[in-house]
Amino acid sequence: MPWFVRRVLGIVPTLFLTWTIVFGVLQLIPGDPVMLALGGTPASDEVLDNERRRLGLDQPVYIQYLTFLKKMAIGDLGNGYSSKQPVSEMIAARVRPSLELALGGLLVGILLGVALGIAAGLRPHGWIDTMTMSTALVGVSLPSFWIGMLLIYVFGLQLEWVPILGDGIDALILPSITIGLFLAGGLARLIRSALIETMTQDYIRTAHSKGLSAVRVVAKHAMRNAIIPPITLLGLQFAVLIGGAVVTERVFARAGLGSMLIDAVLTKDIPLVQGLVVYTTTAYIVINLLLELLYGIVDPRIRSRRA
Amino acid sequence: MTTTTPAVTTAILPPRRLIARTLGTPGAVAGSIILVLLVFGALFASLLSPFDPNATRVCPRLAAPSLTNFFGCDLFGRDIFSRILHGAQLSLAVGLLTVAISLIAGTIIGMVIAFLGGRVDRIGVRMLDVMLGFPAIVLAILIVAVLGVGAFNAALAVGISGIPRIARVIRSATLTLVGREYVDSARAVGASQTRILRRHLLPNLWPIVIVLGSLDLGTAILSTATLSFLGLGAQPPTAEWGAMLSAGREFMRYAPWTMIFPGLALFLAVMSVNLVGDRLSHVLDPRASGHV
Repeated sequence: MPWFVRRVLGIVPTLFLTWTIVFGVLQLIPGDPVMLALGGTPASDEVLDNERRRLGLDQPVYIQYLTFLKKMAIGDLGNGYSSKQPVSEMIAARVRPSLELALGGLLVGILLGVALGIAAGLRPHGWIDTMTMSTALVGVSLPSFWIGMLLIYVFGLQLEWVPILGDGIDALILPSITIGLFLAGGLARLIRSALIETMTQDYIRTAHSKGLSAVRVVAKHAMRNAIIPPITLLGLQFAVLIGGAVVTERVFARAGLGSMLIDAVLTKDIPLVQGLVVYTTTAYIVINLLLELLYGIVDPRIRSRRA
Repeated sequence: MTTTTPAVTTAILPPRRLIARTLGTPGAVAGSIILVLLVFGALFASLLSPFDPNATRVCPRLAAPSLTNFFGCDLFGRDIFSRILHGAQLSLAVGLLTVAISLIAGTIIGMVIAFLGGRVDRIGVRMLDVMLGFPAIVLAILIVAVLGVGAFNAALAVGISGIPRIARVIRSATLTLVGREYVDSARAVGASQTRILRRHLLPNLWPIVIVLGSLDLGTAILSTATLSFLGLGAQPPTAEWGAMLSAGREFMRYAPWTMIFPGLALFLAVMSVNLVGDRLSHVLDPRASGHV
């Protein structure tokens, strides 16, 4: 079997296990789902029974489980309790704000992370390196919601440089910085260590001795080989972000998937919680797969390696 | 997804030398000082607070910081300084509880699947990898959806969502030990499986467990505060940093101190724990922390 077919088929058990965990965990929610579905409105036994049958809750658990798996596989996520709308449509309507934010955050994170990572990696233990690495350690300790609020306070409320609400691209600046700062630290660290390792290789010395410019050596020879770990990190972060930046969306009052998940949990809208978690984890698994396929194309050595 | 396997250091340094070596860098010294102050503040919060953290109208609503109310007042006229001190108590307690849950369950699961090996190990690792595929915050939120909101439940949720990662690392570390001669000899003299796990494997895993715990504590404090900020953790009127930040968000235009000080407290707490943890992991296990 060609390697990519094997890889694609390899995600089937992962998807199956992931969905099983989601189903299993949500079975543990205390309380009668029918009561939750009706949102606490008092109802006669007859209405309750009808509702139970409509939701398929009168079936034994294993039938419910099989029905669940079948529905997930064809993308039918059921209807939300509070809105009565199909969950898949509700999610689709919120993908855009989350995606925009993910791309914005990624852009800021890459610009900052790559610049700092290269500067630090070319001169290990120099002042840029020391500063970048200490800042990265401080950075991981910063609550992103606090940074977001400080940015709003300084640039939105005091200086009034950018709007803090709205759908326009300028309203995307501060939330993107909030996410980008968080991404940049980890990215810079990875690029730094990959670069330090690559720069000691023989072919770098060869490139230097051929008389190539320093910029060319770093950009063409060193970065190409140092790029895979950072790309993996970014890919996985992106995969998490398209499921919604839960915290950042909350701080900036953006109507994305993350804030939808919080609302769904708070209102105990089980199908919506289930749909969002299935969507998020599936997206994560699929993006992971795409990344691996991409490496396989870029680097033939990976193809021959066992999964 | 790759998980680094820490080197198994065979012996723990005596406490005095451990402390001396941990304090070997300026960062670790700064972190330790902040941490000691924080623990002191948390332990004696009731004595040190000028006001009852939940007493309303001890000062004008949203009053600015002053000599009587160092960090100003919130919407209900509560003293923010007193609330932050009591919040330290909650944050540290919840952080420790969270880490304890991840470590205890993760260590047991990791050790057992590695020790039993074969099919148990294969299925176990597969399950752990699938769990690791859930973004941590999503897993924690999913668990909160089951348990319901609250400070304790949030700690439980973050603790449970940390189990797979710990179990994965402990499993790898245990695998490097089960082939050792002393484990074989214990088996040969007829030691029971539980005895081998408890008396022969666990003592050698302690350094890694401590490293993992010290590296996780900062994240645990941050994650539980995040859940509270999102409204899924500690509920008002509890004096908790994340919940205070969430409340302060609404008034930051007029009273920025309602969000500046709780955030600063959270940041300093997490940073001090991270600085000390980073150094401690370096001292105990130079390879795992990526310093070598």
